Amino acid sequence: MIYCGPMLKKIFLFYYNGFRTMTWGRSLWAIILVKLFIMFVILKVFFFPDILERDFQTDEERSDHVIEQLTNP
Amino acid sequence: MIESIDMSLVDWSRGQFALTAMFHWLFVPLTLGLAFIVAFMETIYVRTGDIEWKRITRFWMKVFGINFAIGVSTGIILEFEFGTNWSNYSWFVGDIFGAPLAIEGIMAFFMESTFIAIMFFGWNKVSKRFHLTATWLTAIGANLSAVWILVANAWMQDPVGTRFNPETARNEMTSFWDVFLSETAVNKFLHTITSSFLLASVFVIGVSAWFLLRNRNIMFARRSTVVASVFGIISAVATIFTGDTSARIIAREQPMKFAAMEALYDGQTHAPLVAVGAMRTDTTRIPNPRQEFIFKIEIPNALSYMAFLTPNGFVAGINDLLYGNEEQGIMAYSERVERGAVAINTLKDLKKAKDRGDEGAHAMLVEKFQDPQWINDYYQYFGYGYYKDRSLEEFIPNVKLNFYAFHIMVILGGHFLILSIIALTLSMRNRWGEKRWLLWVALLTIPLPWIASQSGWIVAEVGRQPWVVHELMPTLSAVSRISPGAVQLTFWIFLATFTALFIAEIKILTTQIKKGPEEE
Repeated sequence: MIYCGPMLKKIFLFYYNGFRTMTWGRSLWAIILVKLFIMFVILKVFFFPDILERDFQTDEERSDHVIEQLTNP
Repeated sequence: MIESIDMSLVDWSRGQFALTAMFHWLFVPLTLGLAFIVAFMETIYVRTGDIEWKRITRFWMKVFGINFAIGVSTGIILEFEFGTNWSNYSWFVGDIFGAPLAIEGIMAFFMESTFIAIMFFGWNKVSKRFHLTATWLTAIGANLSAVWILVANAWMQDPVGTRFNPETARNEMTSFWDVFLSETAVNKFLHTITSSFLLASVFVIGVSAWFLLRNRNIMFARRSTVVASVFGIISAVATIFTGDTSARIIAREQPMKFAAMEALYDGQTHAPLVAVGAMRTDTTRIPNPRQEFIFKIEIPNALSYMAFLTPNGFVAGINDLLYGNEEQGIMAYSERVERGAVAINTLKDLKKAKDRGDEGAHAMLVEKFQDPQWINDYYQYFGYGYYKDRSLEEFIPNVKLNFYAFHIMVILGGHFLILSIIALTLSMRNRWGEKRWLLWVALLTIPLPWIASQSGWIVAEVGRQPWVVHELMPTLSAVSRISPGAVQLTFWIFLATFTALFIAEIKILTTQIKKGPEEE
């Protein structure tokens, strides 16, 4: 078992009790979680790849590609 | 030179970015302003010990929390778009954009998430003063986290403190302080946050007016109105002052934007400011039709004074900038295009020299990009080079949109100041609420600051077209060569998601507002 000092325990309980006793905040958290899921799991993974990261291995290759794009459109 | 670019790709990418940014900006200004209003209210509670102020604070804190929760992290989508739709731009701006955004992310996470938790969970668990400190730090933290993205945006409008590295095609920061403290950055930050404070003040006055119209929670509504109207007046004056400074900076750094804001085609000294006007369009001048006025009411000399603090100041018109004005020392865009093309070809030659291993030629060309004289004569016009075989009129931003957006912003700003003054004056005499029509005006004003704020961003962003980085990178070279269909698909996904989120916010917000402040 990991030992937590009294201060860490107090901080943990502060957040734990805060979330547990939420009333109107629950629906907000539901919205936040749905939103984060849509953003990071659906949009980022399937629709928004970082093109330069995905298509090139090194910064030099990325530089060459962008220079090519900027000078030979 | 870039005739092969599919302009529908540029337009859809811009449309998607605008949609995301404008949706994000529905939440941000209310967060920035309401955080301070809540802090003021809690300060009064702590100082007076009056439990009614605690109720008031908790009510507005709840509104703040709903807005924060729905809006939080919508800005991250913008960063996704940089990597996918604007990869050339993302690479080109290098650490100028990356560093401020990283600082923003870290600051926002540590300051806001820590202190917001204390704000909401800490009532009756921590001391009053500790709680108040957390509320103030949330307000300060939220506003400070806005600094970084605004600094990055300001750099795009006025790229200073950097050096272009031709070997990596990236801009490198040479002076953090030049970037951070540029006149454009400082003024943009101040104008943005003060106008956000004004937006939140008008929102609080309007919601309080609803309670007064319903004859509910009278003391809560009156006290909220007093705090919001005082903050509103101070913020409105600061917004006007920073807006005025902004006009001078734009007139100097982005004269095309300034001319478009006033639909000024032919420059002049003693230039009048159009206070109110309606435009007709001469559609014979396609692609950029000249906009003439059906009617206009002008303030003599005011535009020259606004731009240069003297009525003798020459305000350049769109035609002066486009075709040049020797008398005023304004270089024609055709000349800038030639110089820009030289800079682009130099970069191309440098790449070729590197590829064939010609070290001598390569070193000589690299040296050019470090020579202040060459930078001044050619590189500073780099972005113009992309218009070598295109119409010069593509350099004109959408004049009608700029003109109306600018004037709507200014006129509404005046309305908010007057409303705040009336609300405060009548509140001090205990007469705010006697005239129901005034309460209706306050209530119906609630959506208007969002229109003013979005209009301000339209002036800032549409007005600087075609540039994504002023004079260095136009939108058509910044965009990634991906399928327009892919951008269209995500545009509609965003529209559906954002609409659902917006409806959810309005529903949750109105439900909680209707409940009113809770008993302590």
